[in-house]
Amino acid sequence: MSAEALETSDVVAQAGAPPHPLVQFWSDFRANFGAVAGLVVIVVLVLLALLADVVAPHSPVLTNNAAFLKPPFWQQGGSTAYPLGTDAIGRDILSRLIHGARLSLLIGIAVVTLSVVTGTVLGLVAGFFRGVTEVAIMRLMDITLTLPSLLLAIVIVAILGPGLMNAMLAVAIVLLPHYVRIARAAVISEVSKDYVIAAKVAGAGRLRLMFKEVLPNCTAPLIVQATLGISTAILDAAALGFLGLGAQPPLPEWGTMLADAREFVLRAWWVVTLPGLAILVTVLAFNLLGDGLRDALDPKLKR
Amino acid sequence: MLRFIFTRLSLVVPTFIGITLLVFVLIRLIPGDPIETMAGERGIDPARHAQLLKEYGFDQPVLVQYGLYLSRLVHGDLGRSIVTHEPVISEFQTLFPATIELSVCAILFALCLGLPAGVIAAVRRNSIFDHGVMGISLTGYSMPIFWWGLLLILLFSVQLGWTPVSGRIAVQYYIEPVTGFLLIDALLAGDVGAFRSALSHLVLPMIVLGTVPLAVIARMTRSAMLEVLGEDYIRTARAKGLPRWRVIAIHALRNALIPVVTVIGLQVGVLFTGAILTETIFSWPGVGKWLIEAINRRDYPVLQGGTLLIGTIVMVVNLLVDVTYGLINPRIRYTR
Repeated sequence: MSAEALETSDVVAQAGAPPHPLVQFWSDFRANFGAVAGLVVIVVLVLLALLADVVAPHSPVLTNNAAFLKPPFWQQGGSTAYPLGTDAIGRDILSRLIHGARLSLLIGIAVVTLSVVTGTVLGLVAGFFRGVTEVAIMRLMDITLTLPSLLLAIVIVAILGPGLMNAMLAVAIVLLPHYVRIARAAVISEVSKDYVIAAKVAGAGRLRLMFKEVLPNCTAPLIVQATLGISTAILDAAALGFLGLGAQPPLPEWGTMLADAREFVLRAWWVVTLPGLAILVTVLAFNLLGDGLRDALDPKLKR
Repeated sequence: MLRFIFTRLSLVVPTFIGITLLVFVLIRLIPGDPIETMAGERGIDPARHAQLLKEYGFDQPVLVQYGLYLSRLVHGDLGRSIVTHEPVISEFQTLFPATIELSVCAILFALCLGLPAGVIAAVRRNSIFDHGVMGISLTGYSMPIFWWGLLLILLFSVQLGWTPVSGRIAVQYYIEPVTGFLLIDALLAGDVGAFRSALSHLVLPMIVLGTVPLAVIARMTRSAMLEVLGEDYIRTARAKGLPRWRVIAIHALRNALIPVVTVIGLQVGVLFTGAILTETIFSWPGVGKWLIEAINRRDYPVLQGGTLLIGTIVMVVNLLVDVTYGLINPRIRYTR
């Protein structure tokens, strides 16, 4: 019986022959200039992060007593030895920015992975079990959403103590409700569909239904939200770093670099301008990519 | 309509209790007992320690402690600051108007620029102006505002010398607080110099705090307008021969404003997040800066009380937005 069913479905697939979903997705995505630009920037950043030890001209933490607050090479007093100048204790800004890319991408990916995995599981559980479990999970998420995101992150860091790991954990908790809500909404709309009922009738267990049947059909909105989540994670972690609650010096995290640079705003524009520009470009790239993914993955928006 | 309001209200109570529980539990999670934390690094002798534990009720079971905490809350007692020994609630009351003044001005700034930009972008869809507005608003949305503030200080305060670097008003002015809003108080006192000083201090923080809401409002207005402009009744209005501006400004905008109003209401949380950073950069004496200082001084009662108050305010504003939304859009009332 099941073999027969498989054969028929094969035949149907060949006869209709629509383009492979991935091919369709790529052609939609490619038409979006902003999304492609975002992707290019992200690829460059990833390469820089991976090859940071090779590409960076200096160590990100080593200080040079002979070169405090040296301007970038195009300004008077600058030299090509330090292309983007040095900070107040003689560290090369370019090298710190490159190593900072490694940190920021790591923060974004780690935070979102933690948040997406936990959030999806909680959302699946809420959507499947309904009743008291659902109410408890969703109420908790509503409360988390009521508090302004940075305030909640700050409170969590204040309790756990400042530091990169705790800041990442705090941001992951702040992002959590979005994924729980998306996963739950997707589950609720999928559960009543015929294929899930068919799988249930065929004797699939709860776990199998949750992870093998329903989850693959909820991935599109989760992927979009995860991409946008990376930009939020990088931005929030940098804000915590700026407030002195995130990565601690001498780590070359961009927000922490800005916090160090604040007092030199009057004397050295480059120590303030460049790390922020790096944050802006990275966050913008992920937002462009996320918007592009949403347009390409959401059938409702297709022309 | 009453029923709609009551259902919304009934959801607020558990959320409020949840916030108190969250704040209560979070502060208990700090390692060490609260008396030791209050005593700080100086330490405290054991007899006094035991006495204080009893005095504050920390020797009771946790549930009883939570009950005590709630009953104090109901009486308006949010504890005292460890540093200043002032009641948390009265410190909050003194500082809150500064945050409100800044936030209201920021939202007004965002509206004044965002609404027209969104409308024009929608009307001239795919024009250079449209692409420009969308590009700028995505950039604004991605902006690390703590850096944006430093950049503006660098340009307008340091290079051009147009605006002061920090604070709320120049030191030579003293305005008797009536409303707590300096702009209004200065006008009430009839002091033009003070008003100008307050205004010049406000401009940069207002722009910084308004940037993200501006981006959101421009994008939202544009997409809402695009949707409405495609409706049949707009075509009818045009076919009747109404002037173009009238169709856009009166027929289309009124309906497009419904989702925009919601989005503005939901910016309250975003504004508080932004206020924490903006107030820190510009030394603006509001609740955001107060909370950051509380963390740096390990002033936990302030952190606890401030978080609770801000959470409650955001919750109430969200409720008001929901109810207003039900009022201006009957479809929502009946589908829930």
